[in-house]
Amino acid sequence: MSALSFIIAGMLAAAMPFLLAALGELVAERSGVLNLGIEGMMALGAVVAFIVVRHSGGHAMGFVAAGLASAALSLVFAWLALGVRANQVAAGLAIGILGQGLSALFGKRYESLTVPGLPKLSVPGLSELPLVGGLFSQDAVVWLGLLATLAIWATLRFSKLGLVIRAVGENPHAARALGYNVIGIRYGAVAFGGLMAGFAGAYAATVYTPLWAEGMIAGRGWIALALVVFATWMTGRVVFGAVLFGAVSLAQLAAQAGGVALNSQLLASLPYIVTILVLGAISANKRLLKVNGVASLGEPFGR
Amino acid sequence: MPAPLLSLRGLSKSYGTVRANRDIDLDVAAGSIHAVLGENGAGKSTLMKLIYGVESPDAGEMRWQGNVVSPSSPNAARSQGIGMVFQHFSLFETLTVVENISLIVPGKKRELVARIRQLGQDYGLEVDPLAHVHALSVGERQRVEIIRCLMTDPKLLILDEPTSVLPPQSVRTLFETLLKLRDRGVSILFISHKLEEIRSICDHATILRDGAVTGHVDPREHDAHDLAQMMIGRDMPAPRPFVPREPGPVLLELAGLDHQPDDPFQMALKAVSLKLHAGEILGIAGVSGNGQAELARLISGETRRHAEARDEVRMFGKPVGDLGAAARRRLGFAFVPEERLGRGAVPEMSLSDNSLLTAHGRGLVTRGLIDRRAEDAFTRRCIAQYDVRTPGPQAEAGALSGGNLQKFIVGREMELAPKLFFVSQPTWGVDIGAATEIRRRLVDMRNAGAAVLVISEEIEELFDICDRIQVIREGRLSPSLTVSDTRVEEVGRYMIGAEEGTA
Repeated sequence: MSALSFIIAGMLAAAMPFLLAALGELVAERSGVLNLGIEGMMALGAVVAFIVVRHSGGHAMGFVAAGLASAALSLVFAWLALGVRANQVAAGLAIGILGQGLSALFGKRYESLTVPGLPKLSVPGLSELPLVGGLFSQDAVVWLGLLATLAIWATLRFSKLGLVIRAVGENPHAARALGYNVIGIRYGAVAFGGLMAGFAGAYAATVYTPLWAEGMIAGRGWIALALVVFATWMTGRVVFGAVLFGAVSLAQLAAQAGGVALNSQLLASLPYIVTILVLGAISANKRLLKVNGVASLGEPFGR
Repeated sequence: MPAPLLSLRGLSKSYGTVRANRDIDLDVAAGSIHAVLGENGAGKSTLMKLIYGVESPDAGEMRWQGNVVSPSSPNAARSQGIGMVFQHFSLFETLTVVENISLIVPGKKRELVARIRQLGQDYGLEVDPLAHVHALSVGERQRVEIIRCLMTDPKLLILDEPTSVLPPQSVRTLFETLLKLRDRGVSILFISHKLEEIRSICDHATILRDGAVTGHVDPREHDAHDLAQMMIGRDMPAPRPFVPREPGPVLLELAGLDHQPDDPFQMALKAVSLKLHAGEILGIAGVSGNGQAELARLISGETRRHAEARDEVRMFGKPVGDLGAAARRRLGFAFVPEERLGRGAVPEMSLSDNSLLTAHGRGLVTRGLIDRRAEDAFTRRCIAQYDVRTPGPQAEAGALSGGNLQKFIVGREMELAPKLFFVSQPTWGVDIGAATEIRRRLVDMRNAGAAVLVISEEIEELFDICDRIQVIREGRLSPSLTVSDTRVEEVGRYMIGAEEGTA
């Protein structure tokens, strides 16, 4: 298997934790709430999923439990940020640290244990293609994740619900004057973000590397947050950024395995550098930022 | 006489100790244009919020077509047939017109687009349904707001200060639209403090003062003077007699200023030239959003030019284009920005501390320490001289009503006795009595030999006090027009760009 086909085959799976978390955060931010606790919510989701799968609840059960746990944690954040109008940055950081702490606590007894991963589901025919065939052989979560991406894109862009979420994010006061329940909509968006972060963590811990190690999320939540901003809150660009990140991280693995004479630390930081440069360059368009940016992001809202 | 469409009896609403509405009685007949007239802070907005269900009354009864109602939300009010166009538009800039409308009007996008076009034709409210709102002019945005209300098929349309944002020509179009609506059976509740407008289109007027009704009249049977008296409870102060005088030396000069702001949604300024002499008032007229904010920042020093372009802005004969706001103030310049909260004053700080922000050079600081007594005295002087209604110098700036805070800020800057004074929207949101007082003091400054630059969207105001007017449109300034031989319509033509050769 050539390095290129290795990258093509694996990039979607590598992108999945970022993609799921970033899409959830995208929805929350579109409604005007900045949830900086994504990293902790992914960590909590990861450990919950791992424990459930380890005790053989199966992957489906593991993902559901992870999603619910992270959504519950995000609701604690939502209560702080929306219910009592705490500063969103501080509340998000605090809840994120809480999530990481809970993750370490629950995961203590599972350190270095493994669980079975998920089988690949192939598209007959297409997966036999040379070079790109690997792209059509992915596990069930990747397929579902891609469907979810499409659904989120369509919802934000075409549906009434998406319109309302965007409206609330741009001008909560006007939305309230039109009779929309701003706080309720934001609670929903944050909970959805938590759910997706839980799925992202579950994928990282039980499918992508089905082995428990404390701190295994390793900054993926932060990258997801950065993706949302650099992607100027556009779904398509979030997907592009996540896949780019996945592809470059596989490329540097291939490079290391192939014995490229470069410092391994430098190689390991390559995905971060490339993603930031590329997305930074495309997000330099101020007009797009203004049109797609969320005007009320991070601002507390109350009567 | 048929039952009125909307009938209020004894409606009251308090916020803490402030009684915003006291015992309001009001009847709106079907198919009429009914004015609610009052100064800022008289309780007009509160009353509309009660009718539209944004707030609930503490006491009183509201009848809609004869039945007692108590709308608990704007949704409830809308479903009964009450629509409202807000003073500060409640549109979403990043959405298209049709998307904005679909937020409250059910239906398929294609049908909505067709209905928007139809309503536009019927009522002279043309607007592109697929345009993004941020690309629309203020007048177009207002049309979108009105269309949005009309789509819900209202029987009563509430318009909160609808003409305050429009150039005179658009006001006429709006009035035609309103008359058409009335003739087709829609009643209109028209909130305003502009007396002539009310006299020209309203069938009835209810006048509010200090939260209570002071009269129900037919506005066409009273002249503006009568109405004003009912509104402010005393005689209108007379305008300052105008003393002609020879203009002195040029104190502010912009010479062919070109400026491309970083923010793509700001207006670029092109070849802006003006000369302001000592002892005169120059007014900048124009519809908001045509570059006033950008121009104001360049003159105040909030936007600095690079050193090579320092000659583009000259004050007192010196190039100041690259100087910051504080350096310009040290030369004898003072500035009242348009936004009171955040630029004119820090809302979280007391009035005293807000005095310090610009008056620190006036003996309020000794040896680097704040002289609290001097600060207090200065603040009290502003409060007393400019009739600021507040418990005292320690009151939080953000707790004052907009008009009161404006009086304070204008007072603070005037107390600095600047040689060159620049005010943006001096009387925006200020009640008539105080507005007249502010204008008198501006004229006093001029008569004492100061140079005064005023940006305002109220043409009448500029005609009252200015020696000359220049009109700003799409980042360009018109030639200078001498007020004494210019008609309002001429300025209006420059405002909408009908005049050729706006250099």
